[in-house]
Amino acid sequence: MGGSLLEQLPLFLSYSNVSFLARAFGVTVALSIVGAVVGYTVGALLAFIRNRHVVDVLPARFLSVGFSETFRRVPFLVKLMVVFFAFEVVGMRVSMFTVTATTVALAAAAFSAEIMRAGLEALPESQWDAAESMNMGGVMSLRLWALPQSWKVILPPALSFTVGLVKSTSIASQISVFELTYAAKVLNERGFSPVLSFGSLLVLYFMICYPLNLYARRLERQLERPRGWKPGAPLLAESGAA
Amino acid sequence: MHHLAIDRLTASYDGKEQVLVDVSLQVAKGEIVSLIGPSGSGKSSLLRSLVGLLVPKSGEVMLDGEKVDYTNRKSVKALRERLAIVFQQYNLFQNMDALRNVTVAPVKIRKRNAREVEEEATALLRKVGLGDKLHAYPDELSGGQQQRVAIARALALKPDILLLDEVTSALDPELVSEVLDAIRILAADGMTMLMVSHEMALVREISTRVVMMDRGRVIEEGTADRIFDNPRTERCQEFVSKILGH
Repeated sequence: MGGSLLEQLPLFLSYSNVSFLARAFGVTVALSIVGAVVGYTVGALLAFIRNRHVVDVLPARFLSVGFSETFRRVPFLVKLMVVFFAFEVVGMRVSMFTVTATTVALAAAAFSAEIMRAGLEALPESQWDAAESMNMGGVMSLRLWALPQSWKVILPPALSFTVGLVKSTSIASQISVFELTYAAKVLNERGFSPVLSFGSLLVLYFMICYPLNLYARRLERQLERPRGWKPGAPLLAESGAA
Repeated sequence: MHHLAIDRLTASYDGKEQVLVDVSLQVAKGEIVSLIGPSGSGKSSLLRSLVGLLVPKSGEVMLDGEKVDYTNRKSVKALRERLAIVFQQYNLFQNMDALRNVTVAPVKIRKRNAREVEEEATALLRKVGLGDKLHAYPDELSGGQQQRVAIARALALKPDILLLDEVTSALDPELVSEVLDAIRILAADGMTMLMVSHEMALVREISTRVVMMDRGRVIEEGTADRIFDNPRTERCQEFVSKILGH
C-alpha cells in the first residue's frame, strides 16, 4: 500500500488534479462565505425582531422564534432536501450551488439568530429602560450601545459556529455539488488511494478551519482583556476603579 | 396650576397585582418631593409610570396643565423631553466614556450641536465633581462616580423635573455622601425633583414635601418635619419610628 501511495503521489499532484481540487476548494469557500454573509445578515434581523425593545410586534417575534427553533433542530441533510424540493415545488430552476448556499444560509440564519439573541439578552434590562426613558429608540440603541457591548458575547460562539458551517458544506456532495468532499470522492473513484484523496481533503478543510479557529481564540483573548491592557501585563489586571 | 399633577393613577405589571392604586400627587415648580415607604410600596413604580416605562392602567398625569396620553407614542415622547430619570443601578452605557454617556442623548436624539453639548456636559461633570474623569469608562469608575455621571446625563437633557429613584441604594456607605452632595447642589439650584430615597437625613434636609406610600397607595403627605415628628396615620408612625430608630 505504501509503495502504491508513493507511486500514485506524482500523478495525484499533477496540474489537472491540483487545479481540480483548487476549484472544489474555491466552491467550498464560496459556499461558506455566501451562506455565512446572507445567513448572518438574516440571523441578525431575526434576533433584532425577537428583541421586544427593538421591534415590539408579537407576531413578528413568534415568526422569528419559529424559524430559529425549527431550522436549528433539523439536520443539515434534511434542510438541504427541503430547500432542494422547495425550489422544485415553486418551479424555480436553480443550480445545485444555489440550493446548497441557500441551505447554508438557512442554517447560519437560525443559529446566528440564537447566538445574537443570547448576546443581546446578556445586556442588563435596565440599560434598555435608561435608553427608552431618554427617547432612544430600539434601532439607535442597537447601533450606539447594545451591539458594541454584546459583541463580546456574540463573536466567540459565532466564529466557532462558522467553523462548523464550513464543515457542513461537505454534505452538499450528496446532491453532486462540486465542492471539496465531492472532488475527493471523484478522485477516489478515478483510482487514487483513499489515503491521498481523503487525506488531501483533510488538509484542505484544515486550511480553512484552522485559521478561523486561531482567529476565534485570538478574538476571545482580546475581548477578555481589560481596557488599556498592554502586552505583558497580567490578563486579569485591576480595572482601576477609583 | 401645578407643574406636575398626578390624579388617581393605577398601574400593574402584566395585569397582575396593582402596584399603584389611585395615586394622586402634585408637584409645584421648584419643589422637592420625596417619596418614602417600605420596599414594594410603589415608589419606584410611580417614577417608572411617570416616564412611561410602566404604562398606567387608569388615572391622569398632567404636566403644566397638559394631559399625558401614555398610549400615544408622541405624547410619551414629548413627556420624556421634560422628565429625566436617574436609576438605582446607574445604567450607564459601558462602551462610552463619561463624557459620551452625557452627550449621547442630546446630540443623537435631540440633534443639538455636538460642540455646544460637549461644553455643557463638561461643565455638568465638573459640577458633580468629575472634571478629571471625563474620559473614564464606567468600569473605571466607582459606583458613586458612575451615579454622578448618571445624574449629569439626566441634567444634560435639561429636564423640567428630575426623578431620582433610590440613587444611593446600590452604593457602598462611604460612597453615598458624594452622590448626596451632588443632589444638594441641584436642590440649591432650584431644580424640581421627585425623589425616592431611604436617606432620611437628606429627605428631611432638602424636601419641601414628603409623601409616604404603602401597598401602592399614598397614605400620608406633608412637610418633612410634620411627617417625621408628627405622623398622623398608624402605618406612617410605624415606618418612621422604625426607620429613625425610635
